[in-house]
Amino acid sequence: MANTTIPAVTMGAFVDDAEAQARFVARQRYLAWRRRLLPAAAIAGMLLLWWQAVEQFDIKPFIAPSPVVVAVTLYERFGMLMTNLLPTAIEAVCGFALGNIAAISLATVFVYRKTAEEAFFPIAVMVNTIPVVAKAPILVLLLGNGMEPKIAIAALICFFPTLVNMTRGLRDVRSEQLELMRILSATPREVFFKLRVRNAMPYLFSALKIAASTAVIGAIVGEWIGSTKGIGALIIQATYNFDSPLLYATIVVGSTFSALFFGLISFAERRVLRWNVGQNT
Amino acid sequence: MAVALVKEAPSPPIAADAVVCERITVRFTTERGTVTALENIDLEIPAGSFLTLLGPSGCGKSTLLRVMADLIEPSSGRVAVLGDVPSVARQRREIGFVFQDAALLPWRTAMENVTLPLEVGGGKALPGARSPNELLNLVGLSGWEDAYPHELSGGMRQRVAIARALVSGPRLLLMDEPFGALDEITRDRLNEELLEVWRSTGTTIVFVTHSIYEAAFLGEKVLLLAARPGRVREVVPVTLPSPRRLAMRETPEFVALAGHLRRVLETC
Repeated sequence: MANTTIPAVTMGAFVDDAEAQARFVARQRYLAWRRRLLPAAAIAGMLLLWWQAVEQFDIKPFIAPSPVVVAVTLYERFGMLMTNLLPTAIEAVCGFALGNIAAISLATVFVYRKTAEEAFFPIAVMVNTIPVVAKAPILVLLLGNGMEPKIAIAALICFFPTLVNMTRGLRDVRSEQLELMRILSATPREVFFKLRVRNAMPYLFSALKIAASTAVIGAIVGEWIGSTKGIGALIIQATYNFDSPLLYATIVVGSTFSALFFGLISFAERRVLRWNVGQNT
Repeated sequence: MAVALVKEAPSPPIAADAVVCERITVRFTTERGTVTALENIDLEIPAGSFLTLLGPSGCGKSTLLRVMADLIEPSSGRVAVLGDVPSVARQRREIGFVFQDAALLPWRTAMENVTLPLEVGGGKALPGARSPNELLNLVGLSGWEDAYPHELSGGMRQRVAIARALVSGPRLLLMDEPFGALDEITRDRLNEELLEVWRSTGTTIVFVTHSIYEAAFLGEKVLLLAARPGRVREVVPVTLPSPRRLAMRETPEFVALAGHLRRVLETC
């Protein structure tokens, strides 16, 4: 976003210049379209290149299918793809919610009980270093073959970035603001909700945006082990059947969902952090 | 015969003084040793007066202000603020504080920042509370109620901070170099406006600055502090006529006063 916050001192110093104003608006509109069209053109170019490469070099569909074939698969098997997206989406969203709620709660405890942070933070770091592909079988063994282990994996993946960011956001309150709250004889509850929580919001949203896409990855990886439905299971099946068009179509569906989830969080961020636009850019 | 023990009656709080400091000493202990920030400060600030604290950096001006605001507890000595210990005055919400960099909450609009003191404090009633609208008007910000701090200039942010400090109707307003980061033109204008606020509210103001001109222009008295350890060097009464205008800074009286303050400061 072009950010043109007008310095307050110039307010009231505006003169009417319709021509300059029109030129300014036209330029803004041009820049806005450019921002949208450039990535769209780049994607179209890449697809064209891919399609032509497959055609010209006569590459076998199971090695790399042409985008046209992938599009046809997407269209023809749309119902089946959506049926498989549903469990993955539920797992990702539930994991996202659980992991973040847990992380926010623990961050709150950390801020008020330094001892808890000193004791448990190293454990959180260690759990975070275990690769997802290693966590998955452990959790399947622990939680069975239903949705639970997938939700747990998605939650674990979301947990760490939110814990780190939220702890920092709750703690990094400016000392003058704390002094102000003391002079106002604010209760601890007021200091928490009116100062610390609000201060942590930009930090929290940075973490949530990371978590939105990693939660989907977590759910998919969870489905790799002994699952019969879901985007992850479909990826495994398509790979073993050399059904590359289906594999690609599945990836498109998973990524689109992930992007939508990310977009939703970004939208919420813009709504909640309207006051922060000046600092963000 | 046995002589009846005459117990010295505890002296009743003197209503005429907003702040009384008796032999205040503040020490800070850090890993590099103990620092005496203030030593044996004796001070009486009459209610309704305007006192400026002037001194070199590190002389403990801000520390003294924070002792009055109950943000720092003195290592020894006695403080009375508005007839009570500072913590009681603070809990009665009779102290307003303006910080050097406004310390506005960036997620609140100008109006929401001004109303913050009315929302916190555990829901206690504030009998002296003033209208936030009137205060924003008083500091010249009507029309800017819905602006966020990042949309305001430095001077406007400081105006919001002043309105916020006044909204609970404090009897003591403590200001810690509030205009230190502003450009000179804005600072001059805010100096004049602050005197207007002082006249219209009757609040006692204690104002910390490192500007000689600001200290002399604003204060009824200028308290000069010497550094390391911070102690009272001299109290200089300012005899400029009231109301004060910026042009007075060019009069021989003002120049002489500023010269005197400068000479004392050089020995601090």
